[in-house]
Amino acid sequence: MAGTSAAHGDHHDHHEHKPLTFFQRWFLSTNHKDIGTLYLIFAICAGIIGGTLSIFMRMELQEPGIQIFHGLAQMVYGFEGDAAIDGGKHMFNVFTTAHALIMIFFMVMPALIGGFANWMVPIMIGAPDMAFPRMNNISFWLIIPAFLLVLLSMFVEGPAGAYGAGGGWTIYPPFSTAGQPGPAMDLVILGLHIAGASSILGAINFITTILNMRAPGMTLHKMPLFAWSVLITAFLLLLSLPVLAGGITMLLTDRNFGTAFFAPENGGDPILFQHLFWFFGHPEVYILILPGFGIISHIVSTFSRKPIFGYLGMAYAMVAIGAVGFVVWAHHMYTVGMSLDTQRYFVFATMVIAIPTGIKIFSWIATMWGGSIRFTTPMVWAIGFIFLFTVGGVTGVQLANAGLDRALHDTYYVVAHFHYVLSLGAVFAIFAAWYYWFPKMSGYMYSEFIGKLHFWVMFIGVNLVFFPQHFLGLAGMPRRYIDYPDAFAGWNAVSSYGSYIAGVGVLIFLFGVFEAFAKKRVAGDNPWGEGANTLEWQLSSPPPFHQWEQLPRIK
Amino acid sequence: MSETKKTEKSGPVGHGKRNGAVVAMCCSFVIGMGAMAYAAVPLYEMFCKVTGYGGTTQRVEQASDVVLDQTIKVRFDANVAPGLPWTFTPVQREIELKIGETVQVFYKARNNASRPTTGQATFNVTPEATGAYFNKVQCFCFTETTLKPGEEMEMPVVFFVDPEIVKPVETKGVHTITLSYTFFPREASKPVAAAADVKADDANNL
Repeated sequence: MAGTSAAHGDHHDHHEHKPLTFFQRWFLSTNHKDIGTLYLIFAICAGIIGGTLSIFMRMELQEPGIQIFHGLAQMVYGFEGDAAIDGGKHMFNVFTTAHALIMIFFMVMPALIGGFANWMVPIMIGAPDMAFPRMNNISFWLIIPAFLLVLLSMFVEGPAGAYGAGGGWTIYPPFSTAGQPGPAMDLVILGLHIAGASSILGAINFITTILNMRAPGMTLHKMPLFAWSVLITAFLLLLSLPVLAGGITMLLTDRNFGTAFFAPENGGDPILFQHLFWFFGHPEVYILILPGFGIISHIVSTFSRKPIFGYLGMAYAMVAIGAVGFVVWAHHMYTVGMSLDTQRYFVFATMVIAIPTGIKIFSWIATMWGGSIRFTTPMVWAIGFIFLFTVGGVTGVQLANAGLDRALHDTYYVVAHFHYVLSLGAVFAIFAAWYYWFPKMSGYMYSEFIGKLHFWVMFIGVNLVFFPQHFLGLAGMPRRYIDYPDAFAGWNAVSSYGSYIAGVGVLIFLFGVFEAFAKKRVAGDNPWGEGANTLEWQLSSPPPFHQWEQLPRIK
Repeated sequence: MSETKKTEKSGPVGHGKRNGAVVAMCCSFVIGMGAMAYAAVPLYEMFCKVTGYGGTTQRVEQASDVVLDQTIKVRFDANVAPGLPWTFTPVQREIELKIGETVQVFYKARNNASRPTTGQATFNVTPEATGAYFNKVQCFCFTETTLKPGEEMEMPVVFFVDPEIVKPVETKGVHTITLSYTFFPREASKPVAAAADVKADDANNL
């Protein structure tokens, strides 16, 4: 990054604010750092709920047969006898669906975009706040009712005689239309609408902030890579979410107002929904990972004490990933009966994405090459990210092949693939960012021991969960079932044990946060030394309520 | 703060106009993409009709004036979607005709229910690439069909295969085309969320 000559230190607030009450500060907040903090707290809460759902799923799948869900259905919904087994089967699907929706829309997106980007992007580009601070607050307070609607959906009728919306986060019709007449699916759809509105407002805010409010001298080509990644992510959100909104609105009107967008009996086509969904869904997976790419670049550069290798290549690789990400969606739909030529195109376009992604991976390695590497907690998380994301990327290249995908479609191989890039990719990036910026955000140093312990427990846990799922998928075990033949028992048990270890990892994380706030070790303005040269490290820790009263000048 | 510093100050005041422009651009993206989602429906239908994509057959008013010596086989397939109590079969399984020759074939449908029911057929041909060359002059699938209880009806399809089919590389090796229909129940469409009697099983079979 270019050198900076920031004249900061001018902390006094010349707007002469009265001290804010608790309600004013946290409920009527217009401060990007406070809103970022709210987003992070929200993401942690949602992540715990979503993670708990997944541990229930793994407990169920630990052994063949039905272990716990008939009991859960009895407890939660009051089913008796055989009805409890049927209710439990649907409940498993409800858990799968809710786990996915919560982790995607209410954990990863709020953590990376609402949380870290809100906190750091204005600081990194030398702006005093976001362009539209009140809209920022609305974005946050929209995500809460959206989350509550999705949670509420689990407790109202979905299919006749069962509760909650099953059928996966993809909510394909006809199961989401004719299959689940109850209000659960409507609540999910409304929840997604509101979460989408929140994200679109956030995206507009980020685009305006980054395009208009960079400090003097900070051209786009001098902008930190995290800001680049958020700018690209915001454009992806802006272009893809309206398509999801359109698709689920059609679903809503098909369900409630007698339209027939997806009903073949009236001239509609269920495949149309899959096209609309994946036109959103594929950019969405890049929305989840691009901010992580930006974060990892900063961490690798900081702890190698080297500027990032191939800065412009890194920035434009993300642009390329974002752009090509819009024209590959049908690789999620190889089995719907597209013509071979169409499949050939989507195979090729999908493979092309491996090139910019490879540029990023190799540039991270080249940044470390010959660097003075320090294996601090954020750095081990970042290296873990690079390794595990690459594993997920390789299985992604395999699944991109329409021929191979015939066999692997809807098996656990796919589950393993997308968890390697999301659960072990995006989530590792979130934890890396957490440990990297925690001293800056709180002013306190976390415990290196607890941070490293958290890493190793999590690393072992999630790999035990997901690596065996490759074997299960190759052996033909399909996704989204509560039960499986005995032949799959061994690796399923290993996978379940792994999830308990990962669960312990989350507890260690929470304890680490508690410990850091309890011990109050003062971190100082820049705990990472000379490698950390983005603007946030020139401010105090935690930064002043309003930063850059006097704008930094970028040389 | 000195005067010069103040001019550098960033924020909505100094950038009001530029912010407005960016927001306007963003909103036009959002509205444009949302509209595109809906426009996908008519656009895709138009695209299929024009190109025969996905085995969409063509609808024409006039029979072909060119008939080739070469023949081609056309097989007939019939399906009924769950929820429509009909028996629906082609009268003849397959025919062989000259390319360009206009022929009439029949399908038979019988209503097995004790109430009048209405159906509408969807259709396509395979191989999909032949859709652009399969021309229907007349077809029961153009309109809805209502059958009284126990009524049986023969339904005509008048079609020809466009002689152009022998030219493109994708279709010149095709010797058999399968024409497939699926009859769906056509009721006064009611919202599924309101329909208490809709069973999950039906949906799975769709």
